[in-house]
Amino acid sequence: MERSEILKQFEPANENMLNILHALQNNNSQNYLSEEDIKIAANYLNTTYSHIYGVVTYYTMFSLKPRGKYIIRVCNSPVCNMENSTKVIEEIKRFLSIEVGETTDDKRFTLELSECLGRCGKAPGMMINEDVIGNLDNVDFKSIFENYN
Amino acid sequence: MIQEKRITLKNLGKINPESIDDYINVGGYKAFEKTVGRHHIEIIDEMVKSSLRGRGGAGFSAGLKEKFTSEACLRCEQKYLICNADEGEPGTFKDRIIMENDPHLMLEGMLIAAYAIGASKAYIYIRGEYYKSIDRINKAISAAKEKGIIGKNVFGSAFSVDVEVKLGAGSYLCGEELTLLESLEGKRGYPRIKPPYPAEYGLYGKPTLINNVETLATIPTIIEKGSDWYTSLGTENSPGTKIFTISGDVNKPGYYETEMGITLRELIYELAGGIKDGKAFYAAILGGAAGTFVNESVLDTPMGFDTLKEKGAVLGSGAIMVMSEGRSLFDMTNSILEFFKHESCGKCVPCRIGMPQLLHIMENLKNNKIGRIEALDLLLYESEFMAKSSLCPLGQSPILPIKSLKQYFENEF
Ligand SMILES: Cc1cc2nc3c(=O)[nH]c(=O)nc-3n(C[C@H](O)[C@H](O)[C@H](O)COP(=O)(O)O)c2cc1C
Ligand code: SF4
Ligand code: FES
Repeated sequence: MERSEILKQFEPANENMLNILHALQNNNSQNYLSEEDIKIAANYLNTTYSHIYGVVTYYTMFSLKPRGKYIIRVCNSPVCNMENSTKVIEEIKRFLSIEVGETTDDKRFTLELSECLGRCGKAPGMMINEDVIGNLDNVDFKSIFENYN
Repeated sequence: MIQEKRITLKNLGKINPESIDDYINVGGYKAFEKTVGRHHIEIIDEMVKSSLRGRGGAGFSAGLKEKFTSEACLRCEQKYLICNADEGEPGTFKDRIIMENDPHLMLEGMLIAAYAIGASKAYIYIRGEYYKSIDRINKAISAAKEKGIIGKNVFGSAFSVDVEVKLGAGSYLCGEELTLLESLEGKRGYPRIKPPYPAEYGLYGKPTLINNVETLATIPTIIEKGSDWYTSLGTENSPGTKIFTISGDVNKPGYYETEMGITLRELIYELAGGIKDGKAFYAAILGGAAGTFVNESVLDTPMGFDTLKEKGAVLGSGAIMVMSEGRSLFDMTNSILEFFKHESCGKCVPCRIGMPQLLHIMENLKNNKIGRIEALDLLLYESEFMAKSSLCPLGQSPILPIKSLKQYFENEF
């Protein structure tokens, strides 16, 4: 979608800042906020580039670097940690051959760590974009990642 | 046998959360309709009498907060109501359960509170990762607008109100009410200094009431059944019900809404199916990362804000993380401190420097550079210093788990 089409859905008001940044990032095929995205948001909200830049770098859901089509967020907060999230992270790293924060060569997956995702009843857990997957202690990651192309 | 008592989860599984007609058919929006026909002071009085205490963690009287916000100014052009749906406290997932299963109940609570304080604009600040909740709430708002329940002159009254959803973007600290306001104003999530409190100087400097999802979802039933009914539930100082989210080493982790005053033993052994693999109970962390460790001596203490406080513990968000025998207190503490370090915003020095310092002490203990007793004392000293000098409640939080470790597990940590 054209960026201007996206912006039109929001009033140019401060309280829409994060909603606008989410929408621009979701619209970016590389799942990040490019310089152009930030410039356009600054212009629309009548503020400076640096103000938006500062907001983007504060929040963990926003990225200034291109990312894969699917963002994997593995919870590493206390409950998941107790249920062996460290092992889950190692297995995913090995399976995808990337480190935390990196993107696979085919640009499909980016691996990130997250704080509590509110799924502690099914720890350890993770999200792949909008999907939530719990009880990861004994899963076959191949069969999970196959579903994301 | 202990039973659940459901108020905020009363419709869970019984109605389709995406159907406003289902909600109306079980009596939904009746309390709001009744509300707009009454004087706002009557509503506030009812709320004060109910003694409902905030479910976001601090436990402040919901009615008094409404009263202060309503009295903040006589003729102000704008007041705001904000629903805090940023749920990020580790071990806590009650607000998500309400939003996914009964979004209209929360919305109705918001509308009643907005009327009580005279707010024409309400926001729901919801964490960005809660996609399903966001979707359900958006659908609920659209449906309520279509029926004229949100909008101009609702139910033929003089009251008009608008509700909007605003997304968070991955910051635990933004759940803290003053930081939330900064975030909502489109800024980095750096806390404000209080006072002034939001009732006086909130969003864009206007009087603002901020309440947790569970607090708001309790309001319709209080207005419908009255404060006497509500105070007949729970304990004297903590009336009503509470959703407890139990995780860790239990057979049936999940959410359980019961009357306040239930014991930890009943929650763990009767509702959550006991400890996994037939093991013995070792420890529980009550209230999340910003919570407290307790041992088996607290199993029979009634759960309530004051009863737990007497034991050096907190109720907090209602999170209960259970550890069975064989679990490591060191690992759990380390994980909690890592969490705080990651979520510290860095605005003030004691917290920015203190968080890595606490982890440094843990590291030294792990490498046998210092002993257990010495490590615990150092952690206590450092976290006490942080509690006294940090700018916001996040920097004042590590003292909670650390002090409770000293109290309950001095010889085992
Ligand atoms: C670091 C931090 C994070 C918080 N996160 C939340 C949260 O996610 N949701 C919430 O309702 N309250 C949260 N609170 C508590 C709020 O500051 C505030 O007390 C609460 O929203 C008031 O609502 P209540 O009176 O209905 O409990 C947090 C507090 C702190 C210090
Ligand atoms: S106490 Fe920590 S989180 Fe709070 S303002 Fe200071 S640095 Fe930020
Ligand atoms: S601690 Fe991992 S989902 Fe809550």
